[in-house]
Amino acid sequence: MVVAAAPSEGAHPVNKNPVRGTTLTVREVSHSFDLEGQPLPVLDRINLRIGRGEFAALLGPSGCGKSTLLRLVAGLDSPSAGGLFVEGKAIEGPDPSRIVVFQDPTLYPWRTVWGNVALGLEARGLLRTHRERVEDALRLVGLSGFANAYPHQLSGGMSQRTALARALVNDPNLLILDEPLGQLDSLTRLTMQGELVSLWQRAGFTALLVTHDVEEALFLAGRVIVLSERPAQIRAEIVNGLPYPRHRGDPHLAELRREVFAHLGLDAIW
Amino acid sequence: MSSVVDEASSGPKLARGFLASPAARSLIGGLAAAAAWLAVAVLITYWPDKPDSDWAYTEEFAALCGALTIPLALAAFAGIWFAGLQSVRRLAPWLIALALFLAAWETVTAKLGLLPLPFFPPPQAILEVVVDDRARLGACIFASFRLLAIGYFLGAAVGFVTGVAIGWSRLANYWIHPVLRFIGPLPATAWLPLAFFIFPSSFSASIFLIALATGFPVTVLTWSGVGGVNSAYYDIARTLGAGQRFLVLKVAIPAAMPHVFVGLFMGLGTSFAVLVVAEMLDVKAGLGWYLQWAQGWAAYANMYAALLIMALLCSGVITLLFRLRDRLLSWQKGLVRW
Repeated sequence: MVVAAAPSEGAHPVNKNPVRGTTLTVREVSHSFDLEGQPLPVLDRINLRIGRGEFAALLGPSGCGKSTLLRLVAGLDSPSAGGLFVEGKAIEGPDPSRIVVFQDPTLYPWRTVWGNVALGLEARGLLRTHRERVEDALRLVGLSGFANAYPHQLSGGMSQRTALARALVNDPNLLILDEPLGQLDSLTRLTMQGELVSLWQRAGFTALLVTHDVEEALFLAGRVIVLSERPAQIRAEIVNGLPYPRHRGDPHLAELRREVFAHLGLDAIW
Repeated sequence: MSSVVDEASSGPKLARGFLASPAARSLIGGLAAAAAWLAVAVLITYWPDKPDSDWAYTEEFAALCGALTIPLALAAFAGIWFAGLQSVRRLAPWLIALALFLAAWETVTAKLGLLPLPFFPPPQAILEVVVDDRARLGACIFASFRLLAIGYFLGAAVGFVTGVAIGWSRLANYWIHPVLRFIGPLPATAWLPLAFFIFPSSFSASIFLIALATGFPVTVLTWSGVGGVNSAYYDIARTLGAGQRFLVLKVAIPAAMPHVFVGLFMGLGTSFAVLVVAEMLDVKAGLGWYLQWAQGWAAYANMYAALLIMALLCSGVITLLFRLRDRLLSWQKGLVRW
């Protein structure tokens, strides 16, 4: 196991004005699934610390357990061993301050775009007093004109933007992104990557992105955590100090990409 | 040279263009339908009935058919200017077929007497029943409709709540599911003798039976709808801070609605069957009873009239249900049109 850079706060670029961000600590977390009576280990003693307002990416091969780690952070499942902490407090269940944007937008087909975005406020009984936040969130993702559309009328990119607005309307401290751009065509994907960065810069939340796209991880995140194959262990942490906005053609990104590929054992094909 | 050819062909081309236009086709279709109904009216009026038969309402029936030509012709001409009336074109083949059917029916019954009586009365005999017996028929329609409405709403409501409960709660599932499996498949009509004995009135017994017939499919389909909800919908709502109440009312139930409507539709079908059987056997009112009563008097025209009304009523109620579904489930793609 190679550790490229010791994780320490301040060593990597965090958001300049972290208004709401939170710290996330993952301590000695292991997790296994029960597969026909046999335990299937998925996560192996993961240790992580993500600072306030940081944009971190979890990078790893498909099926390595990235999404499992996300579900633990979201509080949708509990780890077999170890603990997860937000601001020093153990995560015991889902909380609207930690919102997940899944790979599949999973909009409710029976609700309009507006109704989908309003979901979190409605669930917490805040809709009546905070109605305007729905419109704000829609404006933020550029869907103001589509408030009354139904999900089946939206394109893939618009659906994912709606899912993003549905998360942002809750003013999350920690935004968990589970391959949110994985199903988009490559052009929409590039646009949305840029939009994600500017959203993060404006809103100041802590972002945790799971992806298996090396370019995406390096373009978006200040720190890329490379996971091994299942059961996932942390193989390396790569700090990307490039200031935002970044340029895809930056030679430093190419260098980092070579480094990441080496950690993934793919340097032979590079 | 070529210009001459063009000019020569432009005349017929124009005419063909007009003939192919929707306005012209609706005009032709509407006029053809009007002519067909006029022909039926002429046939009924001027072809004398078979000797020794004394069918009442023959003139009135002919007048009715003839009267139909006026709105049809008007609609046909109005279709040239109002595109909304061009649907006449779509209806025309059916209207003509219906006219032909009536003409054939009239011919083999009243005019030629080829079909045995009293089993096959001519159409004017049914008109006679509808007009002369309208008070009794009206009362029967009201009675049937009241019974159906009360029983159906009770059954649908109980079935819906039960379905949500067993789809959501493990405890409810443990206790209700076996009962449902054991009792549900039993046809509601099998309860008839017992129900009329246990309940204080045949009215309450019928309501119980109709509710039972409706409740089973509604329960099963609501349950399967709630059980089949994409678990990601719950994950999303939970991370957004939703409680149990929200998950049931705002996630599980709306997601299950397409299934619920299939259950409501199936329940409506079985409730019609139970309604008619219950009315025939013990309830001394309603269209089912009317059918039975008419048979006792060998009044076949009355039976046809009751059947016709019943068909209209059932079809109308199902149309209403589908309209409601279209309205509530407008978010779905590719709904079946009723």
